[in-house]
Amino acid sequence: MAVLVDERTRLAVAGITGREGSFHTLNNRSYGTNVVGGVTPGKGGQDVEGIPVFDSWLQAAEEVQPNTAMIFVPPRFAADSILEAAAAGVELVIAITEGIPAHDELRVYNTLERDHPGTRLIGPNCPGILSPGKANVGIIPASFFSEGNVGVVSRSGTLTYQIGNEIAQAGFGCSSIVGIGGDPVPGSSFVDVLELFQADDQTELMVLSGEIGGSAEEEAADYISEHVSKPVVAYIAGFTAPAGKQMGHAGAIVSGTSGTAAAKAEALEAKGVRVGRTPTQVAEIAVEILGGAGAAITPA
Amino acid sequence: MDLLEYQGKQLFARHGLAVSQGKAVTTVEDAVDAAGKVGYPVVVKAQVLIGGRGKAGGVKLADDESQVREHAANILGMDIRGHIVRTLWIEHASDIASEYYASVLLDRSAKQPLVMFSVEGGVDIEEVAEKTPEKLVRHHVDSLKGLSREEAVQIATEGKADADVVEGVADALTALYDVWTQEDATLAEINPLIVTPDREVKALDAKVSLDGNALYRHPENASLSDSENEDPIERRAKEQGVQYVKLDGDIGILGNGAGLVMSTLDVVAQAGGAPANFLDAGGGSDAEKIKQAVELILANDSVKAVLFNIFGGITRCDEVAKGLIAAFAEIRPSVPFVVRLDGTNDEAGRTLLAEAALPNVHPARTMNEAAEMVVALAAGSGVAS
Repeated sequence: MAVLVDERTRLAVAGITGREGSFHTLNNRSYGTNVVGGVTPGKGGQDVEGIPVFDSWLQAAEEVQPNTAMIFVPPRFAADSILEAAAAGVELVIAITEGIPAHDELRVYNTLERDHPGTRLIGPNCPGILSPGKANVGIIPASFFSEGNVGVVSRSGTLTYQIGNEIAQAGFGCSSIVGIGGDPVPGSSFVDVLELFQADDQTELMVLSGEIGGSAEEEAADYISEHVSKPVVAYIAGFTAPAGKQMGHAGAIVSGTSGTAAAKAEALEAKGVRVGRTPTQVAEIAVEILGGAGAAITPA
Repeated sequence: MDLLEYQGKQLFARHGLAVSQGKAVTTVEDAVDAAGKVGYPVVVKAQVLIGGRGKAGGVKLADDESQVREHAANILGMDIRGHIVRTLWIEHASDIASEYYASVLLDRSAKQPLVMFSVEGGVDIEEVAEKTPEKLVRHHVDSLKGLSREEAVQIATEGKADADVVEGVADALTALYDVWTQEDATLAEINPLIVTPDREVKALDAKVSLDGNALYRHPENASLSDSENEDPIERRAKEQGVQYVKLDGDIGILGNGAGLVMSTLDVVAQAGGAPANFLDAGGGSDAEKIKQAVELILANDSVKAVLFNIFGGITRCDEVAKGLIAAFAEIRPSVPFVVRLDGTNDEAGRTLLAEAALPNVHPARTMNEAAEMVVALAAGSGVAS
């Protein structure tokens, strides 16, 4: 089944007329994702290689009924675009944009919770979601992943590709790869995505890739011990990160003594989650649990 | 982006929070001049972005000109745990009846602002939270509504502020919340928030962190960072828009993607090495960008070997290889490089590198292998490649 994006996805893209936006939208379409439209204020009526562009999310919703929104607009316009998509009734918003102010993210998160509880936000500052063989929404390079039974959820893009590729080389595929992003106030947390993987028939094992900063991994550990029966393998990046220094991602910072990689790994291990110390080790543990030989589902 | 005390106090004053009159200076003569203007007695305070200034001798009371001269001369240039004091804040000394604590921060877990208040100020607040948690009031604010007057009074009352200053503390909390929201701060902390004998509530210190992503809304705050005390390589990286953090080791690191770079640092450390930096080259792969990155890494004299760890997604490994070859032609580094190219067009990239036969560049296939090689090279032993 996979989670969040699949054959039923009807994608519209804010920022489709931009360089990055059009490039990745067309990439997603050539993968097989059903792209139904784009939104760029002032460019309604145009098209991007046959994909109709609308002035607003409301218009796009009326004309082409997207159920998934991808946000590619610059940081200062991103918060309003997310909320506009939600107000137009789009159920899933995937925000790729990096550099959105934390206070805007706070406003978006709390506004969605209060006014649009039916909309789920993934990101911002994330690589998107890939369900191999079904749909790709975002910038994840699909060629490394095949269809299979491993669900991956991660705060980092390239690290996900690294881990995913090692799993693929061992002969395993993925149900979905979900990037939740590296910002301080993500729309969805590890817990939200683990819940989806637990309920997903196709997923038999989950890989959680976390990093320093915040307490999302600790919360995931508690959730796993109570609600997740499928095996989970974890990785945490940033053991060598000094306190008080932001390591690339806005959310990747050890504040005082909280948010360290060691504390996160300990919290997960205390709840019985196996934590690999290198990306390679994560793949090895996953393969060991899944039973050695590759069991990737060959796409029909 | 962390602000110095005096910069934080300037923001506080802008939002109506009471602070003592003071002046920021960089020379002994200016310190004497400032002390005369704000009026004796004064406090001479080192402006550095690190705690424990007082214990290190960076905060001194001065009753007259000769004392200001003496303290200013001692403190200017002082090294407080790696932070050189270049600026002093000369402030009129306050009489203190009580020391409280107040802060507003982003609670990432609750996804709401958290206001904290305690009458146990002037000490490490983490210690208060641990030993006497009942003395620390923690109040989540609905960020869509903001902090109401009633809430501020309730926090002050609940925290057992002296009855006659509950209103004053509520004013301070409200102003602090305004600083937090209107300046796009991620942290606004006052420790201590003092009550004077004539019952005025005043910020005696200021710790403010601003969100760098929101600076476009606050052009007036852009110059507030402690750029003089910043590491010179970090400052250069920032100007070039490169994510670089200097570390203590001798192995230079470059990778693409923040998570992968953090992971690379860890894997190098596990192999027994010590990373000299974090550098995320991002998605770009053109020669100019790679040249800039290599120059930044090599600007650190401690670097004895460099590890390039690229997992090409959208970034194509052959483009990275071309960039590296072009960069090497110009820079001609004297330290060995280990280059691991994996992902999109990795074979083509490796072939290009092999054909270019760059001196002292060692290809690696996996991240773990690359880490072991670079650690051996940094230690001065050879590598069988």
